[in-house]
Amino acid sequence: MGYSPNTPEDIREMLAVIGAGSVEELFAPIPGELRAKSFQLPAGMSEFELWAVMREKAAAGGAEITPFIGGGIYDHIIPAAVGHLASRAEFYTAYTPYQPECSQGTLQALFEYQTAICRLTGLEASNGSLYDGGTAAAEAALMALRVTGRHSIVLDASVNPLHRGVVCEYLASVSAHVEQVDPKGCASDLERLMASITGETAAVMVQNPNFFGSVEDFSALAAKAHEQGALLIASCYPIALGLVLSPGEMGADIAVGEGQSLGNTLSFGGPYFGFIATRKRFIRNLPGRIVGETIDRQGRRGYVLTLQAREQHIKRHKATSNICSNQSLCALRGLMFTAALGKQGFQDLASLNFDKAEYAKSRLAGIEGVSVLNAGATFNEFTVSLGREAAPVVQSLLASGIAAGVPLGEYYPGMDHALVVTVTEKRTRSEIDRLAALVEEALCN
Amino acid sequence: MQLIYEKSVDGRTGVRIPLSDVPKAAPFPQRLRRREAPLLPEVSELDLVRHYTNLSRKNFSVDTNFYPLGSCTMKYNAKIMEDVAALFAGCHPMLALIPGGERLVQGPLSLIHGLEQQLAEITGMDEVTTQPLAGAHGEMTGIMVIAAYHKARGEKRRYVIVPDSSHGTNPASAAMAGYEIVTIPTAPYGDMDLDAYRAAMNGEVAAVMMTCPNTLGLFNPYVAEICAIAHAAGALTYYDGANLNAIMGKVRPGDVGFDVIHVNLHKTFGTPHGGGGPGSGPVGVKEALIPYLPTPRVVKKHDGSFSVEAHPEGIGRVSDFFGNFGIMARAFAYITLLGGEGLIEVSEQAVLNANYMMARLKGEYDLPFDTTCMHECVFSASRQVKNGVHAIDIAKYLIDRGFHPPTVYFPLNVKEAIMIEPTETESKQTMDAFIAVMLEAAQVAKSDPAALHDAPVHTPVGRLDETRAARAQQVCCEQ
Repeated sequence: MGYSPNTPEDIREMLAVIGAGSVEELFAPIPGELRAKSFQLPAGMSEFELWAVMREKAAAGGAEITPFIGGGIYDHIIPAAVGHLASRAEFYTAYTPYQPECSQGTLQALFEYQTAICRLTGLEASNGSLYDGGTAAAEAALMALRVTGRHSIVLDASVNPLHRGVVCEYLASVSAHVEQVDPKGCASDLERLMASITGETAAVMVQNPNFFGSVEDFSALAAKAHEQGALLIASCYPIALGLVLSPGEMGADIAVGEGQSLGNTLSFGGPYFGFIATRKRFIRNLPGRIVGETIDRQGRRGYVLTLQAREQHIKRHKATSNICSNQSLCALRGLMFTAALGKQGFQDLASLNFDKAEYAKSRLAGIEGVSVLNAGATFNEFTVSLGREAAPVVQSLLASGIAAGVPLGEYYPGMDHALVVTVTEKRTRSEIDRLAALVEEALCN
Repeated sequence: MQLIYEKSVDGRTGVRIPLSDVPKAAPFPQRLRRREAPLLPEVSELDLVRHYTNLSRKNFSVDTNFYPLGSCTMKYNAKIMEDVAALFAGCHPMLALIPGGERLVQGPLSLIHGLEQQLAEITGMDEVTTQPLAGAHGEMTGIMVIAAYHKARGEKRRYVIVPDSSHGTNPASAAMAGYEIVTIPTAPYGDMDLDAYRAAMNGEVAAVMMTCPNTLGLFNPYVAEICAIAHAAGALTYYDGANLNAIMGKVRPGDVGFDVIHVNLHKTFGTPHGGGGPGSGPVGVKEALIPYLPTPRVVKKHDGSFSVEAHPEGIGRVSDFFGNFGIMARAFAYITLLGGEGLIEVSEQAVLNANYMMARLKGEYDLPFDTTCMHECVFSASRQVKNGVHAIDIAKYLIDRGFHPPTVYFPLNVKEAIMIEPTETESKQTMDAFIAVMLEAAQVAKSDPAALHDAPVHTPVGRLDETRAARAQQVCCEQ
């Protein structure tokens, strides 16, 4: 039935050694009145019958829809080698590398992963992963509170609203103050962000490219934050880092982001991974597991979990975070993705994303009644006004097998006409042309 | 072994990306352009494959070695679950959140709802959210739900009670949810000291967090009383489901008096541990707490279809979408495949295996609490310490003999703890082989303690200098 190998003979022998008459006797320490009052689950089945159950659910999963939607999660290529290597059972059926001598595979891979994140973000120290983009942003905000000893965060409202939701929930729990600054059109309101930073501000959090797809340079904001003793937290989209200014280059103190785009499948919301990187001087304030390099007694190089005195299993309620299990295997996929593409391939991929989105932008902008709302540069996402409510248009295009974008009305009051359109390298010219044709047709009706 | 970055050769290319089928765009603005290219490795696909294949071989894993890591439930992860979870790889979560998208994702939504129902029945709770992404995330979510419940009653309580034997995540999670921690010591019988607990309970306490069976592998017979004491003071009770593998079909936390629980899908429900994650930590609650579950909720409508709905009174989002869906799909498949009888068998065989292990080893290792255990047993190496051999030395010896060590030095209330959890998927023959090496280690501890201090010697590296690592803080390749 299940996966227990014990035969009736094994069970008899074991009970004899234990000195118990039956397996049920082993549950005698549980008082009778505490026994389960119900346990109504259907009978089991074989794995062959299970296929049918799961296939039926997966078939109604929307995978046939062509996605021009993102929201932090993007449909990118994944080299076959990534899936095959991450499916090595030595990686995926191991656990947290508490015993380094028999876990060097995971430990070295995580060290390499931390290196990849540092190099992409232009920062100096990373950890073994966080849960997702939203919780990574929340952890970064909590980290900034610890670093500065302050209790207030200035949050650019052009940061992904799903991530902002998580940030606000986390910060409310510790009674920290969050001031959200509305965007100006599709760009961050830099003047208001700067004006909001005070001597009480622990950090200002921005996203690049932002939720509308706009790319900005936050160097001046970083300088302003530093003047006030505050940090700059930059949430970033890793694929964009093949082309756009890195958080480190802009003077950010903490970079975070959703790592899904690096080699992880869409999978209806997870598992993905969140990443975080910072300046070396803040390393002791990082949440989660960190792998460090060292040597053994014979001087051989090896890797261990390090700076564990920050963590919950040692510090308990004084830990930098409660995180224990993280998203290690997803981070491993992220590492393999960066290594499979390599230095040039990664940059080429970013450029290809840019070109595809620019093509789509020009096609959509050519439709009567449609206008691009981003004032400046964008990266693989952009915002258009359809000149009428966007939600019904998106809904009508679903019938043609296209998810045309994310309507903004639900997230930004007054932006009912606006639609964020995502175009990755996987969208073909003919798919983009079809999107444009269908949008045009919908707007004529 | 070299790092992948050290294998990099300028100009070497790996996987080719697609050719462009659109015109080259006007150049990306120079002032927004990255100034220095990210120094990612330049390796061929074969370099990549060989590097990570060989790296993987430096790991012990469930598929290669017995892995009785106490408290982590390192059971076999059936291959079929990997295959069926992969069926959902192409499903975009944003589709569920755009207008009209729900009807296109009825399959995954029905799976989420189905898993929530399965877990509610298994644990005796009224509703479940799958949003939390790991056990500790579930704990934090559960305590946030409890905080919202008290707040709605106009109460601002300050404390959360945890026993000193709890996982470190319990106090850490409660602290992140805004509470101060009160720690209760362990009584001589191996569980939370009832008198100390009673004395600590008052109207300022928001909740008590319990793991049952506890981290010593013991079922606390006073658990109903502990719940009743909390409820009498207006506090709520939190069940840490880390050890649920011991009691499926035998005890349901909801029946006993727990208000909020989390379960670890990666422990009890057979999903792989991934070298440290991803896990999944769904949270279940009793009826009075349903309004405070995180937003959004997957709801089954009267016509049998599923929708994603805002949950206005609830706490906000604790993660971006619906949880670690791929892990949830594996757990749903696991529960569906095993069925009710299969899950009962899981717990029975897990408890049988742990008691067999305990019976066979207690002659040579001190057993601080010599009583029938549940799914794991905790020894102490205190007898071996007299010869200068510590729990860590025994652990390293086991590595040399091809076994992943048990959890050592946890729980904290046992000196030199060795915590063994065989799980139900291991055979008597595998356990016998492990037991033989454990008994051998006890002999070597008497006859040649120095030999244990040198272990392991058959691994790619020997014992590593952790102090040096902490001092050097070299956490990325600087080459």
